[in-house]
Amino acid sequence: MTAPSARPSGPAPAAGSSAVGADPSLAVQTTGLTKAFGRQHAVADVDLAVPVGSVYGFLGPNGSGKTSTIRMLLGLTSATSGDIRVLGGSMPDRARDVLPRVGALVEGPAFYPFLSGRANLVRLDSGDRRAPASTRRARVAAALDRVGLGHAADKKAHAYSLGMKQRLGIANALLMPRDLLVLDEPSNGLDPQGTREVRSLVRSLADDGTTIFVSSHLLAEVEQMCTHIGVMSAGRLLTQGTLDDLRAFGAHRVRVLTPDPDAAHDVLVRLGLRPEARDRHLQPPETATGSARVEAELIVEGLSPEAIVAALVAHDVRVRGFEVAGASLEDRFVDLTGEGFDVAG
Amino acid sequence: MSPADRFPSAPDGPAPKSADPGGTAVVGASAAAPDRRGSGIALLGSEVVVLFRRVRTIALLAALALIPILLAVAVRVTTGGDSGRGPAFLGDITQNGLFVSLTALTVAIPLFLPLTVGVVAGDTIAGEASLGTLRYLLVSPVGRVRLLLVKYAGAALFCLVGTLTVVVVGAIAGAALFPVGPVTLLSGQTIGFGDYAGRLLLMALYVTVSLLGLSAIGLFVSTLTSVPVGAMAATIVLSTVAQIVDALPQLDVLDPWLFTHYWLGFADLMRDPVSWSAFGDNALLQAGYVLVFGALAIGRFTTKDVLS
Repeated sequence: MTAPSARPSGPAPAAGSSAVGADPSLAVQTTGLTKAFGRQHAVADVDLAVPVGSVYGFLGPNGSGKTSTIRMLLGLTSATSGDIRVLGGSMPDRARDVLPRVGALVEGPAFYPFLSGRANLVRLDSGDRRAPASTRRARVAAALDRVGLGHAADKKAHAYSLGMKQRLGIANALLMPRDLLVLDEPSNGLDPQGTREVRSLVRSLADDGTTIFVSSHLLAEVEQMCTHIGVMSAGRLLTQGTLDDLRAFGAHRVRVLTPDPDAAHDVLVRLGLRPEARDRHLQPPETATGSARVEAELIVEGLSPEAIVAALVAHDVRVRGFEVAGASLEDRFVDLTGEGFDVAG
Repeated sequence: MSPADRFPSAPDGPAPKSADPGGTAVVGASAAAPDRRGSGIALLGSEVVVLFRRVRTIALLAALALIPILLAVAVRVTTGGDSGRGPAFLGDITQNGLFVSLTALTVAIPLFLPLTVGVVAGDTIAGEASLGTLRYLLVSPVGRVRLLLVKYAGAALFCLVGTLTVVVVGAIAGAALFPVGPVTLLSGQTIGFGDYAGRLLLMALYVTVSLLGLSAIGLFVSTLTSVPVGAMAATIVLSTVAQIVDALPQLDVLDPWLFTHYWLGFADLMRDPVSWSAFGDNALLQAGYVLVFGALAIGRFTTKDVLS
């Protein structure tokens, strides 16, 4: 299968550009980022470009290297090779200057079970040297309210449900005004209502101008809140760009149902399409009619579907079915990753 | 959309966001962080609160407090005279309750104090790692060296509090169950209560210093794993092994280098004039252990991939 190259639009540079200096329009920029554990490459040659002000969905199946990438972005692990810039500062060298401006939820929330939610946030906030102690109480209370945990602030964290812990984790990321939020699977463990709240929270933060880098294995979630998207699979960044780009990309497919798949294939090639003919082995419902399905993405500008049918008929292809379908994002990602996504949201 | 003109502007962030056309400098990084020293202490304060509010820590201190209490009660119940066996000063308790503190310290040093210190020191980094809070502390951000320093300070404070618990509870239990009077020193002189209290504090300090080397070892071991129980066990085993090696005459050559070697030397503080040589040797030895294992811990932790 041919994975089309990334087509980021607007200010985002092409993913493959070997950026030497920092691009000020990018909140996160990696070049050739690689993390190897022994012989295994958890992350291989990833060139992230997260524009300032974007909501960037970092999408990929579980185990595709998302969290490994995030750990490197935050300086928790060192990269085997490659270059990382976060908010213009090289990581992990400038971690002291960069990290106070970054709020993060990494690989699930984690707390001291024997402390209350409030005490947990006070504890983590006291680690940040730039967080003024004088406003600590107020900031903690505000963060708890923002995620709807005000009523449970003084409960011990071990009594929290998974969803409450997740909210507390998000509250921790919001203790200070941040320029960048890194949220790793923020709606894990949340009920549909909680998921919706996270989504609107992300939107309101983005409206304040915060860049948000959110990882997820849920396509629907990313689709609903992100402006940009990057797709990881098996440690590689398969594509990235604006959501609209990716949507537009696989927008239309033509499907021809015919007993003459080879002839149809040739006609489509002549028209400039790249038929996939993935159903050379006839599907059971179609064997009855003796038809095969030939598919191609409608990648030629100005080529109308009726012109395709005309050409097929003109070349004596017996057309038994013809359809132009808009490929869903889901199709795109299954195409890209070769894996199914959990689309339940 | 055009992200460039949506450059983030945090409402009251400390860093002014000047557009940097070169883009090579960290935006706003030149702005001095306000009140650095103050918030450095905030983390230490938070560490102390988290450590001493924890049920486990309180249970450890309670266990230490039980040592002098059990000792005093046992001696009171079985006042059949001094059989000549048992720990030093045991026979003196019946004459003077103030000796309970000393006897309890002697009993606690080889096993109970290292046990509790091993638990606290072994838990320092590994405990945070196993909870997952380590990653959040590091991105908050707490520098790795700063975290080690704060953690070590917390463990050292526990050494002091643990030792003081034994001494103070011992004095109270002794005064409650036995007659109290002027204390006769090992060198024969008799001192009053005030002088004796000062010497007890000095002994508590001596024992605290004795445990600093072990704490540093525990801190280092704790950076090696994310399983706190493993780090605790390893630390406690090391203290036992050191004492066994110390006791083997065949390995005498190692003795001056063992961090446990001077552990029982606090009795020298019960002489007049005070013999400071054990105190000095001990302090120097412990400082060596703190430096070596502190450096190892820093070397290990600053290059470690935090995967927990």
